Amino acid sequence: MSPISIFFIIFFYIASLIFILGVSYKLVQYWNTPVPLKIPIAPSSLDKKGVFLRFFREIFLFSSLFKASKWTWLFGWTFHLALVLLFFRHLVYFWPGDVPLILYKIEPFKYAAYPLVFGLTGLLGRRIFVDRIRYISSPSDYLMLLALIFIALTGMFMTFGHNHPNLLMVKNFTEGLITFQWSELPGEIIFLAHIFPVFCLIAIFPISKLLHAPGIFFSPTLNQVDNARKRRHISDWASKKDNDLKIELENNKKDD
Amino acid sequence: MQNNQIKLPTYVETPSINKDSMAGEGPFKATVEIQNNLGFPGEKVENWHQVAIDKMSETKSKYRSVQVFLDSCMKCGACTDKCHYFLGTSDPKNMPVARQDLFRSVYRRHFTFAGKYFPKLVGAKDLDEDMLDDWYNYFHQCSQCRRCAVFCPSGIDTSEISMAAREVMNVIGVGQKYTNQILGKVKKIGNNLGMPEPALRDTLLDLEEEIKYDTGVDVKLPIDIKNSEVLMVSPSADFFAEPHIDGLIGYAKVFHESGVSWTLSSYASEAANFGMFIGNYDVMREGALRIRKSALDLNVKRVIVGECGHAWRVAYSFWNTLSGIGGGAEDDYALKLQNQLDSNYPQPQHMIEFTYDLIQNNKLSFDKSKNNHRVVTFHDSCNVARGSNMGDIKNGQFILPREVIRAACNNFIDMHKDSIKSSTFCCGGGGGLLTDDLIDLRIKGAKPRMHALKQSEQESGVNTLAAICAICKSQFSRVLANYDFDPYMVVSVHQLVSDAIILKEKLDQ
Repeated sequence: MSPISIFFIIFFYIASLIFILGVSYKLVQYWNTPVPLKIPIAPSSLDKKGVFLRFFREIFLFSSLFKASKWTWLFGWTFHLALVLLFFRHLVYFWPGDVPLILYKIEPFKYAAYPLVFGLTGLLGRRIFVDRIRYISSPSDYLMLLALIFIALTGMFMTFGHNHPNLLMVKNFTEGLITFQWSELPGEIIFLAHIFPVFCLIAIFPISKLLHAPGIFFSPTLNQVDNARKRRHISDWASKKDNDLKIELENNKKDD
Repeated sequence: MQNNQIKLPTYVETPSINKDSMAGEGPFKATVEIQNNLGFPGEKVENWHQVAIDKMSETKSKYRSVQVFLDSCMKCGACTDKCHYFLGTSDPKNMPVARQDLFRSVYRRHFTFAGKYFPKLVGAKDLDEDMLDDWYNYFHQCSQCRRCAVFCPSGIDTSEISMAAREVMNVIGVGQKYTNQILGKVKKIGNNLGMPEPALRDTLLDLEEEIKYDTGVDVKLPIDIKNSEVLMVSPSADFFAEPHIDGLIGYAKVFHESGVSWTLSSYASEAANFGMFIGNYDVMREGALRIRKSALDLNVKRVIVGECGHAWRVAYSFWNTLSGIGGGAEDDYALKLQNQLDSNYPQPQHMIEFTYDLIQNNKLSFDKSKNNHRVVTFHDSCNVARGSNMGDIKNGQFILPREVIRAACNNFIDMHKDSIKSSTFCCGGGGGLLTDDLIDLRIKGAKPRMHALKQSEQESGVNTLAAICAICKSQFSRVLANYDFDPYMVVSVHQLVSDAIILKEKLDQ
């Protein structure tokens, strides 16, 4: 097997391992961190159904971002939607064994690459040209956008420029990754350039701002039901204070 | 007319950033005595750096909000033009994300892989003297109004970060004088003013006389009356400050008309809870426990809170947690009180809810023409608008105050839609910033609200600004003149009620 194939196989497993362990660690950490107070933010929801609908609006429509800035919403929402479509489009390469018909039918999803680049370029433009957003941007913020744009462009070059790598090899390679029966990777530079930054992004996911994806579900401002008067909300460490006070009061009584 | 008045266009402009325009030393620092009073070190401790990092670690392990918010900002910039202090000062560190980043950059440096090994790449920074100075200065330019959180696609609430930062600073001995001094007074005497019981009783007697003189009716302002139906907890500013005091008179008249027995408490003579401003659970809880003790001692059936913004957020959202004033508890500690309280009513209730219910049931009569000289608009106080509810109906905190105003006034007009309800602007003085040493910030921070008010004045002839928060009322009284308004145009909602309400006893005579 070529050194390049070995490198990518190892890199894939390392990136996946970091991703799975890292994200699991963060999920457990978020889950285990107490929420001592009720802090839902307006427009808050008075019941669980309302919270569910709120998440629907936030996750699928980016409703808060829409309120905040129409441009950022347009670029951000387009980019995320295109990313999801392209993810499904790529399943065909990963599906072990017989590929379901539906994955062939969604082939036109490939055109989502155009809105993807449009959205990412817009976001990058805002970062560069809007002084407020330039001020809050770190090198990593630009790098992530550039990596995504690079991934999109190399993908488009292969798909729309008729520079396909050997798709059978790709499929064998990805199947091999999943079944641990490794096989050779297509050697085209353009293909390697396409998947390298993808693996990088997978690896940095749990140590970067990409954590916003799981993070939003843990935001107490969004996920809490606004019913503080109806149900007593208390965390373990705060509840202990109640008990301490009760013991103290009882001791005082005995002293009397 | 003063020359330093700020000329306003009638729309809010997003300024270009102007770096370090609000750089400085921040508000006055608390003295040793003030700090020690709250159990904080009097001066900056020697190993402050380590103590601060340890406290950050503890805080993020006790508050999911802090941990999640520090991780999940994607720097999209949605919040950058939402803070009234940024709009008013153009200092980029007053952009909510940049304010959080003062804290986040240190978190990244000390607690994350990327920040430990690639600090430049991800904007991680050490907690050094300069950073601490920036913390003190800029976390005291946040009024914790939560407007940014309404627009954040991740639901990140800067107030949680600014509370955490103030908590860390207090623990290393760097506290703010204004807030901590007031907390000391509450601890010692029971209210923010440090007004002792005899003075309070005198004030209430004076007010009774004043009402008698004005209306000819014996309206009482009872205090420490056991077995009353209602314990009324209002901000202590209601006892002495203008225009607050006219609101207190309004509550008294409404209670009088309702026939419901009520009492104030000399032990719990403060609704405001500045413990929230410094993010300290214990201090905040201590304040809430005073109310609990009073409710138990006076054996009341209901607890009602006066017009006070942060107080209502603490009361509505936190009291049940902090001290069991609420409903639906399953533990003995909270049930002891909750079994005593009348479960037919939400506990605690806002005075606006009480008045609104009476209006709905036709228990109050108004001569609305008494307010005909007024064209009223309503300032949604930030913590009521974004951190509470009224009436247990969706958006009740926006609906009920307006309905109460409409019941008492013929002329009511809302300000621009981007400046009210969940998008309301802070008055510029909330969150522990209502102090003269921050007057420059307060004037600048009021700018977006003043813009919207100016527009309403020009388009609709608005001449009265109604509010339901003690801080808003004080802050507006102070800064309105700087924007070419009459400082006396600010009123309590219950002053409007007070002016229009028909007291039946008078009719009988």
